Amino acid sequence: MKHFLTLLSHELRMLLVSPSTYIAATAFLFFMGFIFTGILETYTKAPQDTSPANVFFATFFLPVFFMVPLLTMKCLAEERRLGTIETLLTTPVTTTEVVLGKYAAAYALYLSLWGATGGFFYILKRFSSDPRLLDSGPLIGGYIFIAVSGLLFIAIGVFASSLSRNQAVAGILAFVMLAALIIGGRWLSEATFLNRDGLAPAKAVVEYMQVFSHYDDFTRGVIDARHLLFYFSGTAIALIFSILSVEAKLLHA
Amino acid sequence: MSAPLPPAIEVEHLVKSYAGMTAVADLSFTVARGEIIGFLGPNGAGKSTTMRILTGYLPANSGTVRICGHSVAAEPDAVKRLIGYMPENNPLPEDMRVSEYLYFRGRLKEIARRKLGPRIDEVLELCDLKRVRHKIIGQLSKGYRQRVGIAEAILAEPPVIIMDEPTIGLDPHQILIVRDLIAGLRGRMTVIISSHILPEIEMTCDRVLIINRGRVVAQGSPADLRREVLGHTAYQLTVAGDLAALPALITAVEPTFKISATGEPDAAGFSTVTLSTERDEEFGEPLLRALVAQNLRVRALSRAHPTLEDVFLAATRRSWDAKQPSAPKPPVPSV
Repeated sequence: MKHFLTLLSHELRMLLVSPSTYIAATAFLFFMGFIFTGILETYTKAPQDTSPANVFFATFFLPVFFMVPLLTMKCLAEERRLGTIETLLTTPVTTTEVVLGKYAAAYALYLSLWGATGGFFYILKRFSSDPRLLDSGPLIGGYIFIAVSGLLFIAIGVFASSLSRNQAVAGILAFVMLAALIIGGRWLSEATFLNRDGLAPAKAVVEYMQVFSHYDDFTRGVIDARHLLFYFSGTAIALIFSILSVEAKLLHA
Repeated sequence: MSAPLPPAIEVEHLVKSYAGMTAVADLSFTVARGEIIGFLGPNGAGKSTTMRILTGYLPANSGTVRICGHSVAAEPDAVKRLIGYMPENNPLPEDMRVSEYLYFRGRLKEIARRKLGPRIDEVLELCDLKRVRHKIIGQLSKGYRQRVGIAEAILAEPPVIIMDEPTIGLDPHQILIVRDLIAGLRGRMTVIISSHILPEIEMTCDRVLIINRGRVVAQGSPADLRREVLGHTAYQLTVAGDLAALPALITAVEPTFKISATGEPDAAGFSTVTLSTERDEEFGEPLLRALVAQNLRVRALSRAHPTLEDVFLAATRRSWDAKQPSAPKPPVPSV
């Protein structure tokens, strides 16, 4: 693992000097700002039961669907397309270090993009006289949820990127996998065919994988070890498959 | 240490096949330390595959490869520290500056931080890259990019350098620079380069290895190869007069001489005759004397200097023929 930090600092540096990072960040903040103002407008019309943070973080899947594929589709696909993976892997670095370095850099960018939305709440606090609008519980829970679930989402994106040398294909694959996880889980939980007795274990699995219900727990302040285990183990599996995928492509080149 | 150092590269019975196609079939060769070896072969002969196996990037199906005594399959980490590799088409990241790229690669190759700065200056100087050190690689011309690739390969001063077509796409002036650069490594590092540009190989390399269809078809120094593969020396003669007397005359000079081709006489009555002999000595002077004694008018006599290209074509053709004895005439391999 001694090359991990070299690779990570290289990736972060490349992100920092790349104009596309700033364009993506601006577009992301613009989009999230738009949602946030929309939420605040409903609060000005009528009092609501939940805090704005609660509603704001409930839209997490919108940026996840678009930002995660965009952030991760490049990482391994580009290396393979340019052939720079060949020069990279003929130095004393391992595939694991390469994949983890890219993953960590993408995750750091993801976190910092979400971190920047903290500014919205600061502005709200500064200019609104109503302290009830800023409930710190859902706010902290929401950010913890974003950080924990981001681990898995970014890992899925990296895995998709390891499957294709075409960035567009990698991006679409990542989008489909994320959609299957987030929306597909919800759809399955509502499907009636799973209600049969024989399928009870399957039903239990589907219930366990509900990203939206995890989100509800996190914003209510319930940080359940089962949820953490779900995201951590999912991340580990996605990363292991990414490493295997990179190596398998070499074996069967 | 009394035991002699193991050779830089040892390849034994290497086999590599891709889905149903054998790229490398039972390849064996050895490269001594400090040698510059040229790797030749028609497209699809298995050059790049062999080089990738040498670096440990691709696994072989069978056979052993040892770099400085370390097995590539068993100790890939040790081998990666011993090689500098420049792949085919020289892939480089587009959006880094030259010095940044070399710094990053140097760190990956485990060069200590305080040694890396001076070493980067050194390779930039060697490869004549000082003027572009702060430029973005994506904006460099092909010649500069190629030299960045070479600078990267020699950065960590590895004992073995593997370069896949380092001079492809360069202009003659840049080829000269690259050639000098490679020649400057002679004795210090073992260099293995593949190329299609044959004069290039001839000038830089101590030894040439010609492979076709995954097998070695000829190896040796360019001069040895000429003798071994072509097996004869040719003379070209432009002469006028009674050509009927010529065969007797030349066998009197040297019994193995024979006429291999006779051209049509031109307007002045001179025809071009190609003579060949199996012997290697210089027969120009006795030949000329005998011709003049016979009252033949000689305008030109020259000893043909077969290029490596001829050797290469002859060697690869020989291997095509050997592989397909009954098949219809195989296509001429593209060079």
